[in-house]
Amino acid sequence: MPNEPVLALRGISKRFGAVQALTEVDLEIRPGEVLALVGDNGAGKSTLVKTVAGVHTIDEGTIERHGAPVQIHRPHDAQSLGIATVYQDLALCDNLDVVANLFLGNELRSAAILDEVGMEKRAQELLDTLSIRIPSVRVPVASLSGGQRQVVAIARALIGEPQVVILDEPTAALGVEQTAQVLDLIERLRERGLGVLLISHNMADVQAVADRVAVLRLGRNNGVFPVRETSHEEIIAAITGASDNAVTRRQARTTEKNP
Amino acid sequence: MSDLKDTASGTASEPDGPGGTDGTSGTDGASGTDGASGTDGPVSPTGAVDPRLLVRQEGLKGFLHEFTRRVRGGELGSLPVIVGLIVIAITFQSLNDSFLSASSLSDIAVYTAGLGIMAVGIVFVLLLGEIDLSVGSVAGASAALWAMLSVTHGMNDWLAVLMAITAGGVMGLIHGFFFAGVGVPAFVVTLAGFLGWSGVQLWLMSGEGTINTPLDSVVADLTGYYFSDKAAAYAVATVAVLGYVGSLLLDAKRRRAARLPYRPNSEIALRATAVAVLAYAVAYVLNEPAGARGLPLALVIFLVILVSADFVARRTTYGRQVFAVGGNAEAARRAGINVEKIRITVFGIAGMLAAVGGLFIASQSGGANKGLGGDNTLMNVIAAAVIGGTSLFGGRGKIWSALLGALVITSIQQGLNLQGMESDVQFMITGAVLLAAVVIDSVSRRTQKTAGRT
Ligand SMILES: Nc1ncnc2c1ncn2[C@@H]1O[C@H](COP(=O)(O)OP(=O)(O)O)[C@@H](O)[C@H]1O
Ligand SMILES: [Mg+2]
Repeated sequence: MPNEPVLALRGISKRFGAVQALTEVDLEIRPGEVLALVGDNGAGKSTLVKTVAGVHTIDEGTIERHGAPVQIHRPHDAQSLGIATVYQDLALCDNLDVVANLFLGNELRSAAILDEVGMEKRAQELLDTLSIRIPSVRVPVASLSGGQRQVVAIARALIGEPQVVILDEPTAALGVEQTAQVLDLIERLRERGLGVLLISHNMADVQAVADRVAVLRLGRNNGVFPVRETSHEEIIAAITGASDNAVTRRQARTTEKNP
Repeated sequence: MSDLKDTASGTASEPDGPGGTDGTSGTDGASGTDGASGTDGPVSPTGAVDPRLLVRQEGLKGFLHEFTRRVRGGELGSLPVIVGLIVIAITFQSLNDSFLSASSLSDIAVYTAGLGIMAVGIVFVLLLGEIDLSVGSVAGASAALWAMLSVTHGMNDWLAVLMAITAGGVMGLIHGFFFAGVGVPAFVVTLAGFLGWSGVQLWLMSGEGTINTPLDSVVADLTGYYFSDKAAAYAVATVAVLGYVGSLLLDAKRRRAARLPYRPNSEIALRATAVAVLAYAVAYVLNEPAGARGLPLALVIFLVILVSADFVARRTTYGRQVFAVGGNAEAARRAGINVEKIRITVFGIAGMLAAVGGLFIASQSGGANKGLGGDNTLMNVIAAAVIGGTSLFGGRGKIWSALLGALVITSIQQGLNLQGMESDVQFMITGAVLLAAVVIDSVSRRTQKTAGRT
């Protein structure tokens, strides 16, 4: 294969008490590619993200980076492996300003003293290259709009120059215009050669930016499809687990009527 | 982004302080006003600047304009406390003209130091969004330990002081361990500490009841030593002003070199003048009037602790992590911050500073006893931090609020003492001031919401 996976999950299982959230999940993320991960509510998407990000440790399975197995026990491990995560709840500190949030946990410093000037300069540059517009990088994040907070969270993931960016439902809370901007941003990440894992509920978003789409159902793999050659309905069918559902039936009826 | 309705009134820049928590100086009345992008500064790469932003005008005019805009928007900063202090001074001076006398003011300075040092520790704990109810007991137990080691057992005085401060730190670390490591709410852990450590204090003092501070001891000097050489007070004032101006100029120079918005010189001059007037006025009052005894050592110790704590809070990774944990602990954890370590060490700092405060109280009251740090010490310390403007909900506040709040409480006590009023009235008035401070905070926060700031 010309395009070796930068990150591969093999047989990942995770359980919370009585809930088997993930069962032997496989996933391959390749550089310069957007892989969408879709599934119903409670399918285990966020759990999968958190295992890769080091928020939860995995019970079984291996995570490989460039083919070599790696251990991820803490968020810091994932960061140093070049895996950056934008969580569904954004995980921003509302009381801190944009610069402080962008660099949280990765502050520029000499000894223990913060290099505020250096951080502000790099923050400006990063936001500029991503064409992100924020009133000022020194306002507290609490005073930003939902869309601005989302792009700050995405920009934050890029500070450490990661190779893989994982976005958990980045457009779920956004309006039309803001969604378009986030999707643009995702395409820019792909152009930079990053591997992107996009979790989404929205088929339109998935079809707009993803190259492949992986379906998760009840914590198990339920197929990986190339987006361009797969219809909306096939994906929905894989998500709901029913090849026999309202959509496919309607589809079947219409194709019967007009062969 | 296109949707900027709720942020169109944001300022162009806030060049320092961890987000939303500037505190360059709590003493110049304008500390809530750090928006210092000058349009005379070099234009930063404009890609990220929204055109609808209100742009700061040049220089002094812009500074004043920005200041009034912020006050209208509810960002009062330290303004209410400073106004409150002026009102307190005028009221008590008109009731009794010895309130602003040299000896009264130097008493206020010394008492503020002891209270303020403990309040610095509480500000750190409040920044985490937690509370420490054990301050008074830790102070009492540490002071008892010092007295026992130094006076009863004849240990080297310095060593005994060091042991007492270390013991306070360890007590705090124990609270921190049960809170962060075991997961017991801080309220309960420190309540247990409040009871337990005062038990330790009673036990340590059980043989003696009271141990008087020897006149030549380090602890007696804490609040009893004055630099009678007038040069000392002026030298400290000069160092403070030069240090302040130097840091502002250095900051502006570095920001300018990095092509970021920087403070215009006119604003630096204004701030420097305010700080200089204040510093030299204090030095003059401590030195010159009849009966003045010079610069109290207590004040020097307090200022050193205050400036270092402020530096740690605003300029170091540790301080940034404290603010982050107080703002959103889960986000901090996911950013790779060791949340437990931060929580445990913050309680350790609070314990250490409580112990220092305990030694100050022992110094003022002439010795350690069974009741030291009891009665209203704890409440005064927490009230000082809150009156100074630190939020009870975590992540928002300044170290300088310890100074301002402690000054308010001590001034009220001093004024009422001069009036010969008993504790009943003192408690009622201090309670009312605390309530007023929290009301002002809540109201201004609501105004800020409508003005698009938090
Ligand atoms: N921390 C947790 N403790 C217990 N159960 C959890 C936890 N996180 C997720 N789960 C469970 O795991 C399943 C998958 O949840 P999640 O990954 O959030 O789904 P999705 O993001 O696909 O909607 C759900 O049944 C959820 O209740
Ligand atoms: Mg989810």
